[in-house]
Amino acid sequence: MAGRTEAILARKGEIMKRALGMDYAEFERSPIAFDYEGLMGAHGYSLQDIIGIQFAAGVGKTPLLELRNLTDLVRSYAESGHGARIFVKDEAANMAGSFKDRRASVSIHVAKEKGYEGVIAATSGNYGAAVSSQAARAALKCIIVQEAFDSRHVGQPEIIEKSRICEAFGAEVIQLSVGPELFSYMLELLEETSYLAASLYSAFGVSGIETLGWELAEEMTALTGAPPTHVVVTHAGGGNTTGTARGLKRAGAKTEIVSASVDLSGLHMASDHDFNRKSFTTGHTGFGVPFATWPDRADVPRNAARALRYMDRYLTVSQGEVFYVTEAMAKLEGLERGPSGNTAMAAAMSLARDLPSDATVVVQETEYTGAGKHHWAQLNFARQQGIEVRAGDPKDNVPGTNIIIPERPEQIHALDFDLSKMHRSYVRNALAHAPEGYVPTPEDILFLAEDSNTTPATVEEIIAGLKEA
Amino acid sequence: MSETERCTSGDWVEIERVLLEPADRSTNLPPETAAQPLLVWVKGFALADAAVGDELEVETMTGRTVAGRLTEVDPGYFHTFGRPTPELTRVGRDLRKRVAAYRASADAKAGE
Repeated sequence: MAGRTEAILARKGEIMKRALGMDYAEFERSPIAFDYEGLMGAHGYSLQDIIGIQFAAGVGKTPLLELRNLTDLVRSYAESGHGARIFVKDEAANMAGSFKDRRASVSIHVAKEKGYEGVIAATSGNYGAAVSSQAARAALKCIIVQEAFDSRHVGQPEIIEKSRICEAFGAEVIQLSVGPELFSYMLELLEETSYLAASLYSAFGVSGIETLGWELAEEMTALTGAPPTHVVVTHAGGGNTTGTARGLKRAGAKTEIVSASVDLSGLHMASDHDFNRKSFTTGHTGFGVPFATWPDRADVPRNAARALRYMDRYLTVSQGEVFYVTEAMAKLEGLERGPSGNTAMAAAMSLARDLPSDATVVVQETEYTGAGKHHWAQLNFARQQGIEVRAGDPKDNVPGTNIIIPERPEQIHALDFDLSKMHRSYVRNALAHAPEGYVPTPEDILFLAEDSNTTPATVEEIIAGLKEA
Repeated sequence: MSETERCTSGDWVEIERVLLEPADRSTNLPPETAAQPLLVWVKGFALADAAVGDELEVETMTGRTVAGRLTEVDPGYFHTFGRPTPELTRVGRDLRKRVAAYRASADAKAGE
């Protein structure tokens, strides 16, 4: 690696300590364990404080809508007595068009309070739009670093649109070709500018999502008399699952948390070739699996987004199923929204079919759509990249090779990802990141059990199994 | 693509530069990525007159001065919706019919 990259990575600790606005070292307990709740509470804001910050920022209180036509469609082919009621939280109604406004609003509030001149975020997703919009309102400077193009300067129309909207809100957008070195470049920019690192994975950002879980529990109780039986969350880096589940818990809800991602298995996330062969830039297994099984791969010392702690099930759906559902949502419910946010909707249709008709399923977000982000734009681009797009049975889909649009809604069938495999992989990763020869203490075992939503006995069993392997 | 081949100082432009040559890139990259330089593009106000391909400094929206090769003058956005996807155009028609048929049969059952 270049001397320049090595030099900047060697200064990573000091740069991030200043840029993050807090010292993570005080929460470390051992080479494995840290005080997660301590980290989450360190900002000192109560849920009511955050609701207040977001209200002032024009964020939150989005409509909760019952999707009666979609529900009846599912009931038309579900077994008698089945077909749960489906609801959606229309997060596209936030100022910059997605739930990411909740995340950005808290980080921007902190940046302003602590006197930073500006903020930097590395994101090719809706978070860039959210940070740019909130920074504009707070009169802060803003840099968004995006992995935007392959080496031929060809870009996903969805990412091009994200570049446009960030620039529309006055951000400086830095576009890079494919590669993980984006992180060391962001460190250089943080050092040069002394801005706040508005990381997606900070405690500020993830706390900002708790209001979403809280709101939907309250709104469902007002509408149906109880919090939802199931919430389906589009899952990538883990913040959406984590924040929503924490908010639901705060509201006292005993809701089943179902995370959902688009299956992009077989595509390499750092490949210049595969980069434009996927139609989803987020909400996919390429982020969802590695971040759930090793959250601390993030751009912060400890990731506040720890999805495995909260997910009861993890469902995957294919790209074609999500595009089909995106079209169906527009035509049946008058909700034309972006495809990535509809990942959970595709999973919810499959889930609702198997649940009794008195169950309630809430899809907790939508995202804005438009030129570039629209599902037609995505499919036209996929065809130009040589991906076969055809009607058929989505079970025959091969990510990066074809996209199969269902012929009938009955063909929408989410698949359960084996959570026990993820638990094993998480424990293996945690041990691998501890110094060689380190023996986990009973406190470490307890931490690993909490962090993976398992039991100490399960963790011990996994560790014993790993030793044998 | 812009048809303007030259910028004058103060114009809104895009520049490109090589951040890392292939030899300087991270290890563990897939070969197709490792073979390419890491490129960066940024937009700003030109600090001098230049032709496309010339080295140029720009002042970005945050006030940083960045150097690179001029790639475009007055860069725009040309992403769109495109044509409807034939495999999706029938979805609305078909599903509305199915919902209507389901409701008609549910009403009929309720009336029995």
